[in-house]
Amino acid sequence: MAETTLTRPRPRTGPRTRWSARSIILHVVIALGALAMFFPFYWTLITSLSPGTGLSGTPSFYPANPSIDAYLRLFTDVPFARVVGNSLLLAVITTLAQLFTSATAAYVFSRLPFPGRGVVFGIYLATMMIPLQVLVVPLFAQLRTWGLVDTYFGAVLPTLAAAFGVFLLRQAMNQVPIQLDEAASLDGAGHFRIFWGVILPNIRPALATLAVFAFMGSWNSFLWPLVVLRSPEVQTLPVALAGLQGQYTTQWDIVMAGSVISILPMLALYLFAQKYIIQGVANTGLK
Amino acid sequence: MTGLLSQATATPPVDGPPALGPAVSRRRGSRRLRYALTVLVFLLPSAVPLTLFVLVPMVAAAGISLTEWNLLRPAEWVGFDNYVRLLTNPETAAIFWHTLYYILGYLPLVYVGGLLIALALNTALRGRTLFRGIYFLPVITSWIVVALVWRWLLNPSNGVVNTVLGFFGIDGPGWWTDPAWAMPSIILASAWKDIGFVMVILLAGLQAIDPELLDAARVDGAGPWRRFFSVTLPLLSPATFFVLVISLINGFQVFDQVYAMTGGGPGGATQVVVQQIYDLTFRYGRAGEASALSWMLFIVILAVTVIQIRGQRRWVNYG
Repeated sequence: MAETTLTRPRPRTGPRTRWSARSIILHVVIALGALAMFFPFYWTLITSLSPGTGLSGTPSFYPANPSIDAYLRLFTDVPFARVVGNSLLLAVITTLAQLFTSATAAYVFSRLPFPGRGVVFGIYLATMMIPLQVLVVPLFAQLRTWGLVDTYFGAVLPTLAAAFGVFLLRQAMNQVPIQLDEAASLDGAGHFRIFWGVILPNIRPALATLAVFAFMGSWNSFLWPLVVLRSPEVQTLPVALAGLQGQYTTQWDIVMAGSVISILPMLALYLFAQKYIIQGVANTGLK
Repeated sequence: MTGLLSQATATPPVDGPPALGPAVSRRRGSRRLRYALTVLVFLLPSAVPLTLFVLVPMVAAAGISLTEWNLLRPAEWVGFDNYVRLLTNPETAAIFWHTLYYILGYLPLVYVGGLLIALALNTALRGRTLFRGIYFLPVITSWIVVALVWRWLLNPSNGVVNTVLGFFGIDGPGWWTDPAWAMPSIILASAWKDIGFVMVILLAGLQAIDPELLDAARVDGAGPWRRFFSVTLPLLSPATFFVLVISLINGFQVFDQVYAMTGGGPGGATQVVVQQIYDLTFRYGRAGEASALSWMLFIVILAVTVIQIRGQRRWVNYG
């Protein structure tokens, strides 16, 4: 990375488009690709608004007589509001917990040296490589002996800490100049005050990135909630959606209505925090 | 991933332990104790859950894999029987082959597709941000929704794909109901979801390339193909390496989309390793065998990752 800063890249003043034949073809191809990427979302929405779409009937590319019937039935036939609430609750708890546990750990790995710290950090990173599948059976057994199967606690406990967050925030903390700590230290601040008052405000973008990723991870997670949350009242959205499909094999309008509801919060979050999400993904690849 | 691993061993530049100043040596001990306590207080919130819910279960899974256990009755010690049974059962080879089939179909599709999109979006293109947003949209969607939507799009009887194919006089296949087409259906849906992720990683890699290197190659008379294969692609190798490592790790763990699209069917044609772990545990009550299988999966993932990291020196160019 250092090399790229030595030779400064040419200043770019936005994309200058030359409308050559090649450029027009490129635009058309990319636009067609984008259309193909977007079509499944469009189709989901159309289906959810076309009542009674099932085994019979050919699909049409626009809702013939649009209705929100499928959405209403979702909320009357299934405890859907409850399910959405469950997902939201678990996602919020997971996000807050991961922000807290990752930030405190990252502070240790960035600012508080102790013998064997490198080894401990290595163990943290190694936990990222352990597939959830290896853990499912013993985790399930463990939480059952604690009587936590089918409870929010059972669903949320394994998600409280994640090495990815520790790694991400440590990277950000290492960018904060040590002089800031020293200045605060001279003013008599201890580690808790430096952490809270100096470090955290300086890594806000990284905290935002982690928050988005943690929320997204929890909102979309499937295997563990599927295993630990069995009764309909505690189920999360993805699990309930998978169940809906079995229940209403032929009623695609209802299944697609559920899918739309599941996409909406992520879409809102994405529009709101696009910069952080894209940057976060790009950074994980570059580091 | 190598980045991650090398970061782990290299100690980052940090300030030393807190300066003690002209402290009286008697107070030194209590200061040290306070410092140790501070470290503990900061570390425990993450160390406790990671130990209890990752490290302990990891070891426990190894123990369970040596028993016969249906999650209800007390476990029965059987030694390496589960491993022997798995290794001699032709079904095990089949589920690993299905998993590999998924990876072999999915990986070239997302890499080449993601690369082409990234290259296009790295040129002076109108609406770059919008296009990037659209291509990235499936990444934030859950696997379950992706699987359900594609199951509906690829519905053999009246799905939109077969309907459109019908307009052109093509008799569309039975997609997820036909054993020959079920895995390609899953691969298609997965590639659609992940192509935007690969695109962003490769786009970031492309933007880190110094344009002067490409200019120099142009001055030396290198045509566009030569510039791509001799300059761009080698400089993109770290991003390519990252995509490969992550995709392989994720590919071996494929589950959500299989569970929701085919459940391992039809006729076991899409039965992958994780689906088998789930079925063994929660359908057949063979948690011991499931744990043995999950440890086998972990060892395979570890081996593949280590081989990749070892092999990277030959082709990954960190400039």
